Amino acid sequence: MANHPLLHLENVTLASRFNPSLVSDVSFQVHAGESIGLIGESGSGKSLTLRSILGLLPSGIEQTDGRIQLNGRGAMIFQDPIRALDPLYPVVKQLAEVVHYRQQVSRKASHVIALELLELLGLPDSLRQKDRYPHQLSGGQCQRIVIALALACKPDVLLCDEPTTALDVTVQRQILELIVRLQKELGYAMVFVTHNLAVTSSLCSRLYVMKEGRLVEEGETLPLLQNPQHPYTRMLIDSVLPLPELSELSEPNELKRGADA
Amino acid sequence: MRRIWTAMRNTPSLLAGTLMLVLMVGVALLAPLISSFSPTEPNMGAILLPPSSEHWLGTDQLGRDLFTRLIYAARTDLKIMVLAQIIPFCTGILLGMMAGYYGKWVNTLITLLTDTFIAFPFYLIVIIVAFVSGAGEKGIYITFMLVGWIVYARVVKGLSASYRSQEWIASAQTLGLPNRTILLRHLLPNVLPQAVIVLMTDMAVLLVAIVTLGYLGIGIAPPTPDWGTMISEGQPFLATKWWLSATPGLAVVYTGIALSLVGDGLADVWRRK
Amino acid sequence: MTLTSNSVFHKIIRSTATIASPRRWLVRALLRAASVIVCVVTAVFFLIRLVPGDPVKMILGEYATAAAIEKMQHKLGLDLTPWEQFLRFLNNLLVHGDTGSSIVYEASSRQLIFDRIPVTLLLIAMACILSIVISMVLAILAATHKNGILDHLIRILPAVTLGMPVFWVGLLLILIFSVHLGWFPVGGVTGKGFEKTLYSLTLPAITVAFSQIPSLVRSLRAQMLEVLESDFVVTLKAAGIPRRVVLVKHVLRNSALPALMLLGVNMAYMMGGTLVVEKAFGLRGIGSLLFQSISNRDFPVIQGIAFYSALFVVIVGLLVEIIAGVLDPRTKGES
Repeated sequence: MANHPLLHLENVTLASRFNPSLVSDVSFQVHAGESIGLIGESGSGKSLTLRSILGLLPSGIEQTDGRIQLNGRGAMIFQDPIRALDPLYPVVKQLAEVVHYRQQVSRKASHVIALELLELLGLPDSLRQKDRYPHQLSGGQCQRIVIALALACKPDVLLCDEPTTALDVTVQRQILELIVRLQKELGYAMVFVTHNLAVTSSLCSRLYVMKEGRLVEEGETLPLLQNPQHPYTRMLIDSVLPLPELSELSEPNELKRGADA
Repeated sequence: MRRIWTAMRNTPSLLAGTLMLVLMVGVALLAPLISSFSPTEPNMGAILLPPSSEHWLGTDQLGRDLFTRLIYAARTDLKIMVLAQIIPFCTGILLGMMAGYYGKWVNTLITLLTDTFIAFPFYLIVIIVAFVSGAGEKGIYITFMLVGWIVYARVVKGLSASYRSQEWIASAQTLGLPNRTILLRHLLPNVLPQAVIVLMTDMAVLLVAIVTLGYLGIGIAPPTPDWGTMISEGQPFLATKWWLSATPGLAVVYTGIALSLVGDGLADVWRRK
Repeated sequence: MTLTSNSVFHKIIRSTATIASPRRWLVRALLRAASVIVCVVTAVFFLIRLVPGDPVKMILGEYATAAAIEKMQHKLGLDLTPWEQFLRFLNNLLVHGDTGSSIVYEASSRQLIFDRIPVTLLLIAMACILSIVISMVLAILAATHKNGILDHLIRILPAVTLGMPVFWVGLLLILIFSVHLGWFPVGGVTGKGFEKTLYSLTLPAITVAFSQIPSLVRSLRAQMLEVLESDFVVTLKAAGIPRRVVLVKHVLRNSALPALMLLGVNMAYMMGGTLVVEKAFGLRGIGSLLFQSISNRDFPVIQGIAFYSALFVVIVGLLVEIIAGVLDPRTKGES
């Protein structure tokens, strides 16, 4: 088992025209049923690494070196759930569409499966109707839909790109509990990208710390947190662990969204 | 001066556009030195000649040298293009700032006014007003005083409205600065760059409108050379002497490209700041 | 427990939102259109009074007899008080849809306009279809092959066409396709029947479309790039939906709405261009009626043309707004 990882990244390097080392020389493995955490501050290249696994790099950024091996199906959930859904399609239809293409079943069957998924995720019955659009949903509900979209792919590895960052603190816990519960039921492996150490420490068995596109430290969660080697890891721990709620206040994405509005 | 030069060197489109404009204006100003022919005097002995070493682009149906008329027309058309923008540029910015800054009924009123003007097809309004106010140069000035301000008002209105909600305007208000001061000292410098960028493209739009009026026979009256009337006078000979109509149009296109390059270049320079 | 009560609460909020707002949104659009029409009518009424000096003198010339002047003043209604004139004008417009009888022809201006309007409307419709189809195709190609040759060309295009007088483009097209290639008639509508008319209007329609395509492609391309880079496209791709399906069902649909809005906004400009293009191609539409009325100093007909063109533009704008509102579920949630 240990010799056949589900996901294997080997010396992956990502580059754009202006920056030849957005991500350099990143390697890690994920085995079946395992959860690993990829941590670092925004801009450290962790999200890009995650996107490269499914070949979803933004245009202009390319993988210039290394190897990515995915032995199974991958699916992904995203940071901003409201923007992660097509605003012009009813949520049920979006879900059914993914089921239709991913599970190769008829349109009718895909609709039935979509309804089952909604129930699995504890979403209210009103969402079964075809006039429910993403903008009418709360952030937490949208994230549940996005998770449902990912589960519709029947993933072996679930890639989570800061899935709780854009949500309220109370909803964050619900979503995390949901992800963990479903992992126990469905048995997928997870790569969890976040800047929030508190979240990863409770979820993941191994941690990888990223800074400026490089892995600076890796190891089993507990030893790593108790005895960090790299000063950057120590800084992350110092800044987050004593006051977890501070990390929510200084969330850069919140500021960005305020400016956009 | 040095700042302008560095900006130009770093922005190829600004440099190219400015050079194109300088060349055009230079040729227009030096027209009497460049050509020894008269742009208006008919020469019945030499009508509709093909291009030759004497007449670079041939002659028109009245025997006048086409190249000479082209560069003299640049004088007329470019002069009107610039002069006709002055008043609408100022009124448009002012009305736009007022609509965006004061909001409420001022905004409603000005928006209704712009919406009404916009409802009339641009060329319909230009044609009718130019005709009613009397064909010729004066008619063009009156026409653009009436319709030209709308573009600026709309752009500036949006900008001002977005600035109004920002903190520095609120802080200026709490400091007790009078509205007039806030508008002219603080808002104006912020909306001006965008308005100047619009000015560049709108000058091209205005030039095309001047030429269109000339083509329709309600713009600049013959024999004063004008690209529009030249295109219209060449149209009967399209099949055999196509350059009579094609070259004046190319002059307009050339000016349009130059203005558009300058506009894009300025936008780049200001975005970088 | 909390979850259910919460969802009931949300249900109530949402049901009121979806019932109440579309009406308010629609009412607001209608109200704005109506107030613009009122302003348009007023502007058209004052048109004849804008003339510096005396419109009657302008029509009849400096040396008209007193009797002729009096007759013309009576015909135009200028012998009434301004208020009576306005009422008569309104009455005529609301009851008959007319702006007075032509002073040259024995016909009402409405009749003259309705005789000529089919060519113009057909031309605009053809130009609309052409510009939408061509712009969509070009924008998809440019956005999916970002920084390719076509993409660069499309980004330069607006700068080049900015200074292109639409009638001049028409003349060039005549020169190439009619004079040299002989594919189309040189001018006018040749032959009878709908097919022949369509054929004769093809080149003019291409000319009008040509003036719209650069700006349409540019904003469509920008819109598509934004949609292509947006999170939900990444989600759909991550979920394994085929690229073609994402492009057609999601990207195109999300960029189509702004394109439609843009076309609605550009309608006034397009209509104006059509009038001038008619002149270049010698077509008997509203444009030729306008120039004819201008040389005849036929004020009532000019007023009628101004009124009906503005009415057309306002109605198209309103329709576009309503269609966009119906197609976009988000308008129902907002006020």
